[in-house]
Amino acid sequence: MSYSAPRGKENITPHPYGTNTQMYKLMGFPFTMFCKGCGYGSIAQAICRVFKEENLQEELFPFIINIGCYSSMPTVLPGKILMTLHGRGIAVATGVKMANPKLKPISIHGDGDLLSIGTNHFIHGARRNVDMIVILLNNNIYGMTGGQHAPTTPMGSKTSTTPYRYGEKPIDSVELAKVSGATYIARWNTSTMREFMKSFKKALHHKGFSFIEIVSQCPTQFGNKNALPKALDGFNFIKNNSVRINKAKDMSSEELKGKYIIGEHLDIDRPTLWDRKSEIIEKLKEK
Amino acid sequence: MNEDEILKRSVLTGTHLLEGNVAMAEGCIAAGCRFFAGYPITPQSEVPEHMAKRLPEVGGVFMQMEDEIASISAVVGATITGKKAMSSTSGPGFALMQETLSWANLIEMPIVVANVQRVGPGSGVVSLPTHGDVTQIKRGGNGEYEVIAIAPNSCQELFDLSIEAFNLAEKWRVPTFILSDAWLGHMREKVVIPEPEEIKKRIVPRPEYIPKENETEGRPQIYTIANKDFTEFNIPAFPPLGSKNFPYWWITLTHSQISGMITETPSVADNTNMTINYKISKNEAKISIVKRYELDDAEIAIITYGTPSRSALEAMKACRKEGIKVGILRLVTVWPIAETAIREVAEKVKQIVVPEMNLGQIAEQIERFAFHTDGQRIPVHRVSHTAILHTPKEIIDKIREIIQ
Ligand SMILES: Cc1ncc(C[n+]2csc(CCOP(=O)(O)OP(=O)(O)O)c2C)c(N)n1
Ligand code: SF4
Ligand SMILES: [Mg+2]
Repeated sequence: MSYSAPRGKENITPHPYGTNTQMYKLMGFPFTMFCKGCGYGSIAQAICRVFKEENLQEELFPFIINIGCYSSMPTVLPGKILMTLHGRGIAVATGVKMANPKLKPISIHGDGDLLSIGTNHFIHGARRNVDMIVILLNNNIYGMTGGQHAPTTPMGSKTSTTPYRYGEKPIDSVELAKVSGATYIARWNTSTMREFMKSFKKALHHKGFSFIEIVSQCPTQFGNKNALPKALDGFNFIKNNSVRINKAKDMSSEELKGKYIIGEHLDIDRPTLWDRKSEIIEKLKEK
Repeated sequence: MNEDEILKRSVLTGTHLLEGNVAMAEGCIAAGCRFFAGYPITPQSEVPEHMAKRLPEVGGVFMQMEDEIASISAVVGATITGKKAMSSTSGPGFALMQETLSWANLIEMPIVVANVQRVGPGSGVVSLPTHGDVTQIKRGGNGEYEVIAIAPNSCQELFDLSIEAFNLAEKWRVPTFILSDAWLGHMREKVVIPEPEEIKKRIVPRPEYIPKENETEGRPQIYTIANKDFTEFNIPAFPPLGSKNFPYWWITLTHSQISGMITETPSVADNTNMTINYKISKNEAKISIVKRYELDDAEIAIITYGTPSRSALEAMKACRKEGIKVGILRLVTVWPIAETAIREVAEKVKQIVVPEMNLGQIAEQIERFAFHTDGQRIPVHRVSHTAILHTPKEIIDKIREIIQ
């Protein structure tokens, strides 16, 4: 969300799934504060669809919203939403989960949020296998604060803080999730929304730390600075730079440079944090 | 386990020899704390160690987090989900918590944090006591807010006042702090813990949220509403995360106290800040706990808190023996500053002495109220140092010096 983003009535987009959002229920219309062409809108819609299709008891799947453009996503999300500070969602969710193990928190992060300021919590949440879902909205930039580089920004990109182009090696969230110990991992992009929905459904039923990255276009901040000013430019840029996981297996690391490997990366079972904690509590009860 | 059994397990009835940090942990468990998240730091590490052993016994959860930021975030998460929760730390860790503490204040979360203070700045001296963080407790985070801080001076009080800290947090819906120090935390003393039934009578439970008759789902009244001149405050219970009544969007931004929603209207933001601040500062007389010793005929008042109050008591006795009329006002709660009690004392005495394990952080506050009714300022003498315990002698010496 940029401050130059158009706001108000022209942004109102009536949609069948929009009626599922809390904002619609309360105000009678759904609206988003996202820029035109931003990928976040379709992600919110996909989440709404999954909530409707799965017929979830909403209060048991609370969203934890971190700080970035997606902070305003609750206007188009279903269910209950707790906003937290920049990067702290997974730590907050750990407390939530330990206080009420019936809940399955869904924490929504940006790339700056999860992979820069909140990386520590990401690593340890995955390591502990907290039974929760982490959704990473990777737009390759700090959208909200005006297009500064993120730890995901592709090398050679221009951003507000890299006028001479970005030269640091970007971080690969999927690899980080893997070595940290997440038990369900997938990466999709805005051109593979149906697969994202399938993954999200799977994560809802998965017991453990699920991590889904979704690479999304940001025409306003990333696009404008990197010759991809229109929504479709960014959309196609990401689409064309994405490689399916089974195809990537046969490609060299040179060929995979700068590519997003999309697909389901991991799906395993391992005791969760609450499994461990409750085991001890049960044992001590008999004492 | 039913509730009675849990209560019984949570209260270690009997007479014990306990270390300060352990007495505090036991007090918190007795108060109903069922979630602890922390990170090791001297001189408070005995708190998490004890919690790790004891909390699962009462069906609670202990978490050693990746850092203090995570710890305090998890405490907010557990509290908003309906549990009584706490963290404990020392200076450097406390500094890391500030952003989240500021958030917890904005959203009126009844969390409890113990700061077993060690000498600073920087990494300081890990084993030496101080009250160097007294100002940081309410001025460390961004924005402006008022907190409650309670300063025990013995192991027995570390137990008793920890229960009080949880009670105050619930009653006023505000982050509440237990101010301990390296010396107090590591000292061992006799602690008498009463029967569970006795403790139960002392505990203020988390108030249950009862939705209003025609309330829209997802739109509960979650924040304190003040009247126009901020003299009356309606502090509501809040629905826990996971319940149907939880607001559809609980934000971290400055909100309207009425709707709970985002605001950019200056007057609404101003009202929110006034409400969360005045809720505590204007109710100072109701919140403050003070102890008075021999103040009736006192000409010199020692105003003190925490560990130095023990030395002050000895100093007072010695002075009285010499015929010097000394009394003590002990601030059991340090924040909000006990304005009413301090003014009352200041009106009657000729001079004030403030022994403090810092360079006068509370003395500065006391100076604001040190006047006689006719407006005459009365002197406030500091007995200040940062890493050294006060001996009764230096307080006596100061008193002898000022009556010359
Ligand atoms: C502690 C702290 N530091 C900095 C900020 C300012 N800030 C707000 S959003 C943001 C970046 C968000 O980037 P990202 O998570 O990628 O989200 P996007 O806006 O790109 O969707 C920053 C740095 C903040 N809110 N809190
Ligand atoms: S991510 Fe980019 S396009 Fe989307 S709202 Fe933010 S600035 Fe606008
Ligand atoms: Mg981003």
